[in-house]
Amino acid sequence: MSLSMQDHNDQRSGQQAVRPAARALSLGGMFRKNPGDLIFENVTRFFAFIVLALVVLMVYEMTVQSWPSIQHFGFSFVSSSDWDPVNDLYGALPFIYGTLFSSLGALLLAVPLSVGVAIFLSEIAPGWLEQPLSMLVELLAAIPSIVYGLFGIFVMVPWLQTDIQPFLIEEFGWMPLFEGAPYGFGMLAAILILTIMILPIITSISRDVMRAIPDTQREAAMALGATRWEAIRIVLTGSKSGILSAALLGLGRAVGETMAVTMVIGNSADISISVLNPAHTMASVLANEFAEATSQLYVSSLIEIALLLFVMTLILNAIARGIVWRITKRYGAVAA
Amino acid sequence: MKGKFIAAALILGSLLSLNVHAQVKLNGAGATFPYIIYSKWFDLYHKKTGIEFNYQSIGSGGGVKQVTEGTVDFGASDAFLSDEQLSEIKGKRGTEVLHIPTVMGAVVVSYNLPSVGDGLQLTPDVLADIFLGKVKMWNDGRIKKINKGKNLPKRPILVVHRSDGSGTTSIFTDYLSKVSKNWEKKVGMGKAVNWPIGLGGKGNDGVAGLVKQTEGSIGYVELAYAVQNNLPYASLKNKAGQYVKPSFEAVSAAAAGFLNDMPADLRVSIVNASGKDSYPIAGLTWLLVYQNMKDKTKAKALHDFLLWALDEGEQYAKGLHYAPLPDEVIALCKKQIAKIALK
Repeated sequence: MSLSMQDHNDQRSGQQAVRPAARALSLGGMFRKNPGDLIFENVTRFFAFIVLALVVLMVYEMTVQSWPSIQHFGFSFVSSSDWDPVNDLYGALPFIYGTLFSSLGALLLAVPLSVGVAIFLSEIAPGWLEQPLSMLVELLAAIPSIVYGLFGIFVMVPWLQTDIQPFLIEEFGWMPLFEGAPYGFGMLAAILILTIMILPIITSISRDVMRAIPDTQREAAMALGATRWEAIRIVLTGSKSGILSAALLGLGRAVGETMAVTMVIGNSADISISVLNPAHTMASVLANEFAEATSQLYVSSLIEIALLLFVMTLILNAIARGIVWRITKRYGAVAA
Repeated sequence: MKGKFIAAALILGSLLSLNVHAQVKLNGAGATFPYIIYSKWFDLYHKKTGIEFNYQSIGSGGGVKQVTEGTVDFGASDAFLSDEQLSEIKGKRGTEVLHIPTVMGAVVVSYNLPSVGDGLQLTPDVLADIFLGKVKMWNDGRIKKINKGKNLPKRPILVVHRSDGSGTTSIFTDYLSKVSKNWEKKVGMGKAVNWPIGLGGKGNDGVAGLVKQTEGSIGYVELAYAVQNNLPYASLKNKAGQYVKPSFEAVSAAAAGFLNDMPADLRVSIVNASGKDSYPIAGLTWLLVYQNMKDKTKAKALHDFLLWALDEGEQYAKGLHYAPLPDEVIALCKKQIAKIALK
């Protein structure tokens, strides 16, 4: 089945792509087109379609494997919050909630921070400082996520436990967002770790996008008597779509992050508005429970979560594309 | 001339026989808990006989799956197979699967209470109610009553459990289900359960780390992890009414306590064992072997290895923090090993 789908795709694309080649043939005969070019064209086309075939195959396999669970639970799989392997009852709501909450929370903190860093790097910092600072930001992206997890467990969590969370409870405990006991582990720890992890990608893309704005624009603004901040605002307006896609790339990383999150989030399938409580995410439940899942329905439910995660990333990307496309159209921005 | 020929033949012959040895390669997969001692055994046995083992510690669930699909020569699991699983394998592979216990482990209840230090005592019903979220504070009257003279703080109890599916959880929840009707009804036993309260840590090290870092926490880990991390662990009141501190001897005593009830196929849970020295949360870990393997060379190799492991291998158990099997149980294992078809 999966193979035939692949074939079908290949054929369709093949037909479309043959057209320009066919025109070339009818115009100038066989010798117009260099055979080397033809081979190269087809080889790259084949590579490109491997990517497509992989995606199709993955969606197909995940759908087939999660079919027992889809059939058994239907819509209640995403609306129910019972996750009970003993009685073979599965509802993914706490995990979906945890993934969205932690990723959006991290994005909320990371975007202002990253844009600030990016503005400094591209507009303000002198050359001798800009180079090493950029390198450090990019170095953050190269740290393996398990190292972030260990940092979370041994440094951040104790700090949250003894200093930050007691303060939050004391001062802001009346808000449901900060209700509870200072465990250290929980949603807040996950959000902070994710913030650090997505900071480099948002920063470095935003910086590149701002740099791509021609200096003439800055000079024009200055010549008209704009202050530095006003000139930077012009740069920011021009790079809006780029910053937005940077943020969405960061969100994509946050949604899929597994190891570091599972090490600090507390892994408890509860839905709570408080950032002090333990929570769970889709990626972390997969990492935690897949190896020892035995019953067919259990495995199938976990695969359905994987499928949902996949669809979620797909939707996020589609939204990102849409926004970028709209803004680009409106402002005719330089950067993409 | 003739001498040269004989020498060449000898060299060739020895090369060939080396080859024959090297060709026996056994693939296995399963439990992570016994991985350390298994790899020690495989290494020693390889040096002794030339037989190669390739063991993937992917978890008991994965081991059972691979045994069912026939992609390995043997499996390993911390939980014995159910009747349905056995008949499924019989249907697919056309042979029975034998359970051979190898070593035992204890699950200990670890806690972090600097004002108490070592020597907390717990009864089964208090333990179950702590994990059910009914006993919420360390200075609860029920805990005080069984820990006279201990400085129990006025602190909330933070329950820590495993977040990943595991044999450790299975043994622990098996015990709680056997000692508490309420637990059995509300939660039940399994490798992963729907925990009423608490934080989840990934792996024994995850739970040990959480307990070590959080004052007022209580969690369950393999004995070895509590020892290595210098965590205090509680004495539990066993079936005979004695408070027993977990130790290799107390685990072996638990297995011995089950000797009379040991089924012939050795599929047995040894939690809540009788006998005054028995530690109540203990479990066996099994190797899963096909009774009738197609490749008889492999069957013979596996058969000999199992006998070697029980006779020679058990002595390494304590050094690696496993409890060795009592002699009486080893005798029962050998009866099972004898069932492996060699011809």
